[in-house]
Amino acid sequence: MKFPSWRALLPLAAALLAAPLAASAEDIQAQPPPFTEGIFPCSQCHDKAGDPAPRQLAFHDEIQGGFKHGAPDRWCLECHDNGKRDFLHLINGKKVPFTESYQLCGQCHGDKYRDWKVGVHGKRIGMWNGKKTYFLCVNCHNPHNPRFKALKPEPPPIPPQEQGR
Amino acid sequence: MSHRNRLPVIQDAPGEAVGAGTSRRDFLRNAAAGAVLAAVAGCKPEAVVEELQRRHLSELSPERLQSMLGKLEKKWSAKYGKEVTVSAKGPMPGVNFAYGLDLSRCIGCRRCVYACVKENNQSRKNPQIQWIRVLQMDKEHGVALQHATPYYDPEKVPEAGHFYMPVQCQQCRHPPCTKVCPVKATWKEPDGIVVIDYDWCIGCRCCTAACPYGARKFNWAEPNLPAAEMNPVTDYLGNRPRPMGVVEKCTFCLQRTRSGRYPACVEICPVGARKFGNLLDPESEIRQVMDRKRVFVFKEELATEPQFYFFYAT
Repeated sequence: MKFPSWRALLPLAAALLAAPLAASAEDIQAQPPPFTEGIFPCSQCHDKAGDPAPRQLAFHDEIQGGFKHGAPDRWCLECHDNGKRDFLHLINGKKVPFTESYQLCGQCHGDKYRDWKVGVHGKRIGMWNGKKTYFLCVNCHNPHNPRFKALKPEPPPIPPQEQGR
Repeated sequence: MSHRNRLPVIQDAPGEAVGAGTSRRDFLRNAAAGAVLAAVAGCKPEAVVEELQRRHLSELSPERLQSMLGKLEKKWSAKYGKEVTVSAKGPMPGVNFAYGLDLSRCIGCRRCVYACVKENNQSRKNPQIQWIRVLQMDKEHGVALQHATPYYDPEKVPEAGHFYMPVQCQQCRHPPCTKVCPVKATWKEPDGIVVIDYDWCIGCRCCTAACPYGARKFNWAEPNLPAAEMNPVTDYLGNRPRPMGVVEKCTFCLQRTRSGRYPACVEICPVGARKFGNLLDPESEIRQVMDRKRVFVFKEELATEPQFYFFYAT
């Protein structure tokens, strides 16, 4: 009973999280963060702070197994907040919602953050002279394994000699 | 500079009235139309006369242009079985478009090539026409065309030791292609876009030979555009269906960009390598690129001065 009701509320929760973002000073209108279905909010399972000691987890093992972002010096709680589970935290302890995760990324990747804020890094769609949709860092880079994955290319052009010329 | 942007306009008699105070030019045109009319039995006479009497786009009165666009809309709506719109928006004042492409990001996936084909109604095959050509180059040699190929086809891109350089129309400030056109069917607009009037093009392909970037493509056969895939939102100088025997090329998606939208290739790029904006706006993305990164233009030594900039963000 508890689970389905949370899932039903998921779009609402995402919308609520996105709301303060759109109104912020930078006016960043972003795509929602790409959560695994049913995983957010985290507080549906983590209702209180857990053991902060780095260890092998039984759950989220697929994330921990594929973790390639400054491992082995970092683990979950370097970014995820132990007290308020639905938030991330900066190094200074400030809580950051998932929709503003770029603040967290920008702590280390300052050059990319600066470029992203003015549209040099990353991608925008919509109007070049008006309303845009921005993509968060995590829309393109998996935060647990950020390297951009190789893609299958679209087919090459047909050479002229094969077009009967 | 401004003389490069303007076409010589031959002034008509007021009201563009054919017949009233007929000039030598009008007389000859009508006589020629009559001769053809006599020869072409079975065609709609008014349509033939009108086509033969057509003037250069820059000389058309707004009413004449509207009626011409209306006829094209009717013709293509019937042909493709959907409501086709043909605009002729014209450049926005205070806008000069430029493009930025981040070579340190591009992975050569060719998503842009096919998004462009779809948006701009290119012929799908026989002839296959693509306005963007992605060149795979060797890191060892840098930007060197003798070590480039567009035909790479590995399982996954990017491949080690290679980088990728998409090439399309560079929208030069001194375009060699428009200089050589014998009929002024192609010209540079005030917003920087080099356009082609496909109805004015005689298919001599001088421009194709003059372009140092291989950006211009020729319809060697009747274009093959499946009705289901036809993009019905078109512009006269942009993505409207083309006839056989004319040249076409990238127009920075003017049917989109002149309404404020990003080009199709910018929106599809999965790595965000493509940047677009107004050079005259200091806050625009392209200006931010130029302020922060070192940019270069392709074949700088030819002094074509492209409005298409390559850069390495990292």
